[in-house]
Amino acid sequence: MADTALFDYACRLGDDSLILGQRLSEWCGHAPMLEVDLSLANVGLDLIGQATHFLKLAGEAEGKGRDEDKLAFHRDVLDFKNCLLVEQPNGDFAQTIARQFLFSNWQELLLRELCKSTNATVAAVAQKAVKEVAYHARLANEWMVRLGDGTAESRDRLVNGLDWMWRFSDELFEADAAIEPLIASGVACDARKLRPEWDVRIARVLKDATLERPKARRATVGGRKGHHSEHLGHLLTEMQFLQRAYPDAKW
Amino acid sequence: MSKNNTASSSEAVGQKIWPLWEVFIRAKNGLSHRHAGSVHAADAKMALEAARDTYTRRMEGVSLWVVPSAAIVASDPGDAAELFEPAADKVYRHPTFYVIPENIKNI
Repeated sequence: MADTALFDYACRLGDDSLILGQRLSEWCGHAPMLEVDLSLANVGLDLIGQATHFLKLAGEAEGKGRDEDKLAFHRDVLDFKNCLLVEQPNGDFAQTIARQFLFSNWQELLLRELCKSTNATVAAVAQKAVKEVAYHARLANEWMVRLGDGTAESRDRLVNGLDWMWRFSDELFEADAAIEPLIASGVACDARKLRPEWDVRIARVLKDATLERPKARRATVGGRKGHHSEHLGHLLTEMQFLQRAYPDAKW
Repeated sequence: MSKNNTASSSEAVGQKIWPLWEVFIRAKNGLSHRHAGSVHAADAKMALEAARDTYTRRMEGVSLWVVPSAAIVASDPGDAAELFEPAADKVYRHPTFYVIPENIKNI
């Protein structure tokens, strides 16, 4: 039987990882140093692996025979449920790190809670992924300090990148009617409850990086409903090109 | 560049060159760390993360060391004759007269 709430929730989890993984893969071959190139690609691959598991679960919950590849490559932009933060362009390396910093610290807290999910698949994926994401957060946090407390140029770039990404952070802590039943049944995590610990973590790293917390601005939201920035369409055009041109191609 | 192995080296930063670090990996508990290669990184902590990302992606190990490359003192290849050749004819120093049981690994 179709479980539309679980389908929606698993798409949110999977799409966050998928889209950010795709974004990070854009750095492949372009990062400032070989070591950085590898580390960004590693993070991207971890995320795409998570997306595979969550989208497979989504397909099963939907019960219409769509697997993870169908969901990744044959959905159009309005059907993607990722948060707006992950679809933001890479910008420069500092902007990429600012995005990773905000996201990974949130995702680690989220997955830690999802390890206790009453849905066995969600819990199992979370238990595997939480170790990967703990490292992503650590890597991003270290880079925040190196760039923020680095040269005048690295600091300027990071301040600008963080200022852009910050407006998308409130969306991470939303909970809406669509997933309330899942929160009640212990399948989903109430993201609103993650905010205090996230704020503490963010503040600690910003302090080490000698940076101010960016000014609060009106939050930009809508990703969970499929209302995306124009950037996502361009990303999908590239990511889905092969499957659009040669549907169900195999190699 | 070999003189600059800390993040505070303004010369290295100014040249946009990060110092080099040698990476050692312990494959499993009980074995010694072995040299795997090297990475560029601005400081020790980042060197450890670069080493993790570069050399342990396929479950190569359980422990990592990074050492500033500049801290390694190497023998001079030109001294090889006096350092190493005298050992060549001292076959009695090799424990080759013992049979090593087949189930003993890593010797």
